[in-house]
Amino acid sequence: MSDTIVVLPDQATARLPKTNYLNKENGLLSWLLTGDHKRIAILYLISITFFFFIGGALASLIRLELLTPQSDLMATDTYNKVFSMHGIIMIFFFLVPSVPATIGNFFIPMMLGAKDLALPKINLLSWYLYMAAGTLAIYSMIVGGVDTGWTFTTPLSTHYVNTHVITTGLAVFIAGFSSIFTGLNFIVTIHKMRAPGMTWFRMPLFVWSHYAASILMVLGTPVLAIALVLIVLERTIGIGVFDPTKGGDPLLFQHLFWFYSHPAVYIMILPGMGVISEVISTFSRKRVFGYTAVAFSSVAIAVFGFFVWAHHMFIMGISNYAVLVFSLLTMLVAVPSAIKIFNWAFTLYKGSVTFETPMLYAFGFMGLFTIGGLTGVFLGTAGTDIHLTETYFIVAHFHFVMVGGMLMAFLSGIHFYWPKMTGRMYPEKISQLAAVVTFIGFNFTFFPQFILGTLGMPRRYASYPPEFQVLNVFSTAGASILGVGYLLPVLYLTWSLKYGAIAGNNPWQATGLEWQTQSPPLTENFTEIPIVDHEAYDYEWLERQKEKEVASA
Amino acid sequence: MSHISPVLWQFLVKWMTDFSLFPPEASKIAPQMDALYFFMVLVSLIGLTLVILLVVAFSLLYNKRRHPVAVQIEGSTLLEATWTIIPLGLFLVMFVWGALIYFRVYTPPNNAMNVYVVGKQWMWKAEHPGGQHEINALHVPINEPVQITLISEDVFHSFSIPAFRVKREAIPGRYTSVWFEATKVGKYHLFCTQYCGTDHSHMIGWVYAMTPDDYQKWLNSSTSGSSLAQNGERLFASLSCSACHNSRPDARGPNLVGVYGSKLTLTDGSSITVDDAYLRQAILNPSQHVTQGYAPIMPTYQGQISEEGVIDLVQYIKNLDTDYRLKQTTTTTTLLPESQGKATSAAKGMVKQ
Repeated sequence: MSDTIVVLPDQATARLPKTNYLNKENGLLSWLLTGDHKRIAILYLISITFFFFIGGALASLIRLELLTPQSDLMATDTYNKVFSMHGIIMIFFFLVPSVPATIGNFFIPMMLGAKDLALPKINLLSWYLYMAAGTLAIYSMIVGGVDTGWTFTTPLSTHYVNTHVITTGLAVFIAGFSSIFTGLNFIVTIHKMRAPGMTWFRMPLFVWSHYAASILMVLGTPVLAIALVLIVLERTIGIGVFDPTKGGDPLLFQHLFWFYSHPAVYIMILPGMGVISEVISTFSRKRVFGYTAVAFSSVAIAVFGFFVWAHHMFIMGISNYAVLVFSLLTMLVAVPSAIKIFNWAFTLYKGSVTFETPMLYAFGFMGLFTIGGLTGVFLGTAGTDIHLTETYFIVAHFHFVMVGGMLMAFLSGIHFYWPKMTGRMYPEKISQLAAVVTFIGFNFTFFPQFILGTLGMPRRYASYPPEFQVLNVFSTAGASILGVGYLLPVLYLTWSLKYGAIAGNNPWQATGLEWQTQSPPLTENFTEIPIVDHEAYDYEWLERQKEKEVASA
Repeated sequence: MSHISPVLWQFLVKWMTDFSLFPPEASKIAPQMDALYFFMVLVSLIGLTLVILLVVAFSLLYNKRRHPVAVQIEGSTLLEATWTIIPLGLFLVMFVWGALIYFRVYTPPNNAMNVYVVGKQWMWKAEHPGGQHEINALHVPINEPVQITLISEDVFHSFSIPAFRVKREAIPGRYTSVWFEATKVGKYHLFCTQYCGTDHSHMIGWVYAMTPDDYQKWLNSSTSGSSLAQNGERLFASLSCSACHNSRPDARGPNLVGVYGSKLTLTDGSSITVDDAYLRQAILNPSQHVTQGYAPIMPTYQGQISEEGVIDLVQYIKNLDTDYRLKQTTTTTTLLPESQGKATSAAKGMVKQ
């Protein structure tokens, strides 16, 4: 048997189901007023892809400017706006909602055996809030942009810049509520909507990681909202919470901001880890090695993630003893990530491994996330942080985690779930190529930045000393390869909507409940509520199910 | 292609000749920090290789063609414990090692000479104790500990010398400090690494590490005529600080002679050691920490003295070790009209308009 998907049993005879969530109702209004979690997921998918390409265009401008040491492509002010908007759009309008609001929204109810999320109208509301926030962000960019960096550092943002801080701050504030509602919805659904027999330890690890991320969204985001409101008040009526001349403390803003923004890193990465668990298990035909360890490591990340924020402030003159505590806690939060990586690697052990596109992206994730995680330890170690922080080492580190990690996981998930979402397969060969191109382009772009950072090149510089040019040229060259890697999926996935092979119910022979129903699913997800009598990733159960079907047919 | 090749060639030559993986090690702490850095690089490489080896080996051994039916395995407590405890152990080693270096970088030795550095959009202003000023440059002697006391006039900046492996945030409204001991003569980059607005990338300069002799020559050739303490003395007189802080028994303000480094008891009963930060607070925001036995009558000087002016005053009070010196300040400035005129004109530059 070859390792391509074409000969899998139910595909040869598969037909697109007559009724499904996509064609049940027609017309724009049926989409804009839908309560169906699957349709809302599709709305989100289209919107975040749009924002990803805006953020990507800004990234290409950054890399083009850095091709030469002088600031010659644009004025420094323009450059500052470009990198600020790149950060704001990529973080708040792409990475935070990426996996949860699309794949999570679509599949958490299906994985739990539920008809929808617990609060469908809140789910739609969260998309509208996201769109309102996104529109406001684009508006602020068109009328002149903002140049505070995505971190809105005071007193720069409150007293010194003349750009659209309030509009952009408001956009992020609103986007925050969209994220809180999504998290809330997931928590309620996971607690209350599980099918009979779906105990906590029978849930797929995807659900566990979303549960952990949701807790972070619900508890962390309000603090960001508070910080942003204080910025707006300080800027408009000068209340002086952060202004030292009025007795305020500028470090307080750093505390408030990072109290959200560090957990936000885990909001971004945890759902991606969930995707990786599903993909690696499916293409190894094996239960995830150490299921409980992986599940609890997600929860551990969520808990520890709240107590490490001050490692962003090691050089800011907080007390040396505070640095000790936060450095130690940072070391502890690194351990669960290591546990996950080794468990995924050992899932392959004695499996029956195939290399479809989602698996290739997942391998890419493992390599890049390992580098991203280990370089995080360089920054969590107080001594080396002094030299490496605020340089390109930081930039490389978080791009390895966010882009190398999360974006790879997102693409892995999109390819993995594409057949279920659309009923059609993506073209395998070209998408495998795209995965490889992305991996190569990514390393070319961001690896040189580790060296630049070690050499001391500061981040957020529009111009830089000429000795840093060679590595910057490498980075820009890599970015153009990376750009191709990201454009390819948009093209062939769109193509596959009409011309892709019919997928059938379960093209990957995966075990999750979401795969035991038609593709694309019915609006109600299941014809009858499933009763769960097996563990997650039980491939033997799947075999027995198939035998039963053959016998009854 | 012919017109591209020379550029490409030049590029490659440049790369081959300039290529380095880390900046020069020009301070005492640099080799220590690099040792930890390379230890972490080594651990990371081993960890990464291990992960890649596992994935590649398992992919080859257990791919579908060779291994068509998967064997279901629940997990292994022993393995889980292994890859929890070994990384944790390594991370803890890094934590302890890193903490030791961190404390070294931010605990200046007592004999360090002090240079004040004020950050503002978009320049670094260095003030040597002898009154030498420089902008976007810093001259320091080698083999001598140098403490940098930092403050910002406006937004957050960050003072970074990669070759010395030191960096410290310059924060508006409070002093922070860092120290280093340069070991190699040379010219090194000085960067602002905290994003500070439009010309953030132009807020860069050079650090010149010189032999003590050359440094002495430089000090002598670039003197501005009066030391920071002398500037502070004039300011002290022109702001009439001596009206209350005059060390007489009936003085309304505490005696400032020898106050630096001493332990004060405040009105709320707490005690505090007088350092640069305390003196700065006491000048700009006097009602916050009032010395026991005195009434909170001192007016605030917030917004009236520039950061450089405050530094001069602090430097003056720091060096005020005899009552005689204070008397001199009070008497010379009140008795001699021409010297008073000189003092105010000199002090005017220090006072915010």
